[in-house]
Amino acid sequence: MLSKLVPIPSGSMIPDRDIDKRPILECIGLGITFGGLKAVEDFNLTIGRTEIAGLIGPNGAGKTTVFNLLTKVYQPTKGTILLDGVDTHGMDTMKVNRAGIARTFQNIRLFQDLSVEDNVKVGMDTQMHYNMWSGIFRLPGYWKEEKVAHERALELLSLFGMEDLAGVKAGALPYGAQRRLEIVRALATNPSLLLLDEPAAGMNPSETAELMENIRKIRDTFQIAVLLIEHDMNLVMNICEGICVLNFGRVIAKGSPEDIQKNPKVIEAYLGKQKEA
Amino acid sequence: MKKLKSLKTTTKVDFATYLGVIAAFFIVSLLRSQGLLNRSLTGMLVPICCYIVMAVSLNLTVGILGELSLGHAGFMSVGAFSGIIVAMSLQSAMPVAWVRLLAALIAGALFAALAGLIVGVPVLRLRGDYLAIVTLAFGEIIKELINCLLVGYDENGLHMAFNISGTLTIDDLHMSPGAVTIIKGAQGATGTEKLATFGAGFLLVMVTLVVVLNLVRSRAGRAVMAIRDNRIAAESIGVNVTKYKLIAFITSAALAGASGALFGLNYSSLVASKFDFNTSILVLVYVVLGGLGNIWGSIIAAAVLYILPEALRQFSDYRMLVYAIVLILVMLATNNPTLKNFLGRFKPRKQQGKEAV
Amino acid sequence: MEFLSYLISGISLGSIYAIIALGYTMVYGIAKMLNFAHGDVIMVGGYVSLVAMTSLGVPSVAAILLAMVVCTILGVVIERLAYKPLRDAPSLAVLITAIGVSYFLQNAALQVWGANPRMYASVASGTLKLFDGQLTIPYVSLLTVAACIVIMVGLTLFTSRTKMGKAMRACSEDKGAAQLMGIDVNRTISMTFAIGSALAAIAGVLLCSYTTSLSPTTGSMPGIKAFTAAVFGGIGSIPGAFLGGLLLGIIESMAKAYISMQLANSIVFAVLIVVLLVRPAGLLGKYVPEKV
Repeated sequence: MLSKLVPIPSGSMIPDRDIDKRPILECIGLGITFGGLKAVEDFNLTIGRTEIAGLIGPNGAGKTTVFNLLTKVYQPTKGTILLDGVDTHGMDTMKVNRAGIARTFQNIRLFQDLSVEDNVKVGMDTQMHYNMWSGIFRLPGYWKEEKVAHERALELLSLFGMEDLAGVKAGALPYGAQRRLEIVRALATNPSLLLLDEPAAGMNPSETAELMENIRKIRDTFQIAVLLIEHDMNLVMNICEGICVLNFGRVIAKGSPEDIQKNPKVIEAYLGKQKEA
Repeated sequence: MKKLKSLKTTTKVDFATYLGVIAAFFIVSLLRSQGLLNRSLTGMLVPICCYIVMAVSLNLTVGILGELSLGHAGFMSVGAFSGIIVAMSLQSAMPVAWVRLLAALIAGALFAALAGLIVGVPVLRLRGDYLAIVTLAFGEIIKELINCLLVGYDENGLHMAFNISGTLTIDDLHMSPGAVTIIKGAQGATGTEKLATFGAGFLLVMVTLVVVLNLVRSRAGRAVMAIRDNRIAAESIGVNVTKYKLIAFITSAALAGASGALFGLNYSSLVASKFDFNTSILVLVYVVLGGLGNIWGSIIAAAVLYILPEALRQFSDYRMLVYAIVLILVMLATNNPTLKNFLGRFKPRKQQGKEAV
Repeated sequence: MEFLSYLISGISLGSIYAIIALGYTMVYGIAKMLNFAHGDVIMVGGYVSLVAMTSLGVPSVAAILLAMVVCTILGVVIERLAYKPLRDAPSLAVLITAIGVSYFLQNAALQVWGANPRMYASVASGTLKLFDGQLTIPYVSLLTVAACIVIMVGLTLFTSRTKMGKAMRACSEDKGAAQLMGIDVNRTISMTFAIGSALAAIAGVLLCSYTTSLSPTTGSMPGIKAFTAAVFGGIGSIPGAFLGGLLLGIIESMAKAYISMQLANSIVFAVLIVVLLVRPAGLLGKYVPEKV
């Protein structure tokens, strides 16, 4: 079974992190302009190989835009993204995924009419090799790979205890389960960096607590990095080892949860400017 | 456990589809041998098979891939005329009729697949109604191009000319006296040897079903449906959107081509304008009424709706009017919210998804 | 001189396409549906005016007005009976219904007026002769172009200045929001169909005057081409429909004259395909990327 535990790295500041020399992701001077509006500007971030990092900020700060830049849903107008030292310049969404970034979406984007299991299997498509003809004529390659895919899909679903739902249509799942399925689907692509866009949105406290455990479990089992956008500060402060705060498209603070909580700029961005008491 | 059950349902539906088609074939063959089918119905057997293949293949594009195509008849046309050319050219070289028919079907499928590739590469970059209008445009272009085609065959091989100016005639091919004229421009194919049989039609339907159903249940089909449900999400998990869209589109075109070849070899003469926009629409109606993505629905809709105007004979001149009204009423009824809710009650309840870890 | 006369013929044909396309684009903008029956409303307009002129003997202006009234009512009735119940249905269901309506109109016309093509006397006979008769321009061409320009300007003013016009634009952006702002969405959609169908009637009269014949299927091909024109210019955009129609007519006329009579439609469609590949939302359309 997949269960190797790694010690949780100490929570030092993101830019200085040096868990095992090479960071998985480096953003250098990333920026994008929409019709004159600088949605994200001069965005720099480094994430360690097995780090859980958070990207927070008020509504409209440009957090999801950063995800869209990382996954090339939008092509950045400025800056460089290095994934495991490789420049992702010129790659499209599909290639970025194959290079190792998988994501979930703020507004859930499941394949509604496919079963839960098929949703996960689509994520494994890049790892399957039998061709169209093997599929049509049901050649041995088809049976062999489909069997492996079926087993692996159930194994991945079991991470979230969802293996019993494998045959259910994804669109028929309750909200929380849909969010979990998106994560499983992303994991099925064997990423080295997992981007989670508001994974706890719409979840109740017990579901959120469970999610926190699961995110840690994912990192520990797969030894991958996780970058998450989240408004639930309890979750962010609890599981993130490094946090980056965005406001009006710019990074206003980076650091460990403790630093961020004390940072006056962050407090100002969230609560507005306060007169010194 | 539920997983096993669900796998069984799709497989069950597939098998029921195969069995239904086989049963229908034997029943119809039996009725026919007993002389219980009238002439007009007997004459409709091959076209029904052709339109079933058309509907199932269009369902691959519209229902499974989720892109509206208004030019499916164009591929049927390419298949029909390339099939006719191949069958007629082989007339002297290959005495066995079914081999010629098979060669024609394969040629029809291949040429239509090629047309599908040529059309698909630019078209599949567009979305929604834009894609629809461009497929319509391609269908019309194919029709006009074939209308300009002059083809004949003599002992020196195949002769072809492209009549752009409208002034060429079949004599401009400069063929020897004993030559066979295959396609005469806008007059279409004439003197075609009728090779199509109901048995061949049945086999083509079965092949189509195997191809489409197995494709849908393989990784390609999963990816195609994923793209339909959410393109951006599919891209984000590494699915090659262009490749899979093309696979679905070209497969659909190839099957339409084979169907066209069979159709073309069922009549002694055939004009390209038979495969116009209205034919594409006719097939689309079968697909929509049969249910998007529902393969056996397409089969039944194609068969029933092909026979319906014939069955409405008693209304004589009014039959197409009645057909139009039936079409509108069916659409209104199937999309009526009250009726939908009523039918929805019989569907299995949504499963409870929350689990404790 | 030859070129000029082809150009004028193209502009005249293009103006007809533009008028049809304007109706198409307005309906599409608001109802978000491909109204395949639009071309057949044109045909009905043609027959009504023909009957009015030949059987009832009314003057052509009155015949045009009568055609407009009949088509307007027809358009509104079709919308009310066939499309309104499907407002929340999937777009394909609406498309098939529109096709059903198109079949219905064609076959009803077949029953009423017969399958044989009828001669249609132009509403404005005679020609304007220029350059010592080297260049002849039929009056109906001039009338067509003038009508098209008047309609385009009128519609532009209507949608930008009047309350109803603004309501239409609001509905085409977001029906739900428009409703919350107190706009009667149903009435606005009815109104759009009324205007579109009235335009179809005018287009019908002009089209029949241009081709001088009329049959139950007269409207389908011009309908498809006008829709192509609307897409070409950028669907939903009024100047786009005008530009698209005009260009389409000119391309068609030139292709017929200089390239091939047989392939004229193919050339028109090929140009459409190329334009859409370069500008996926048409010439004047706005490309809106999907929000993630």
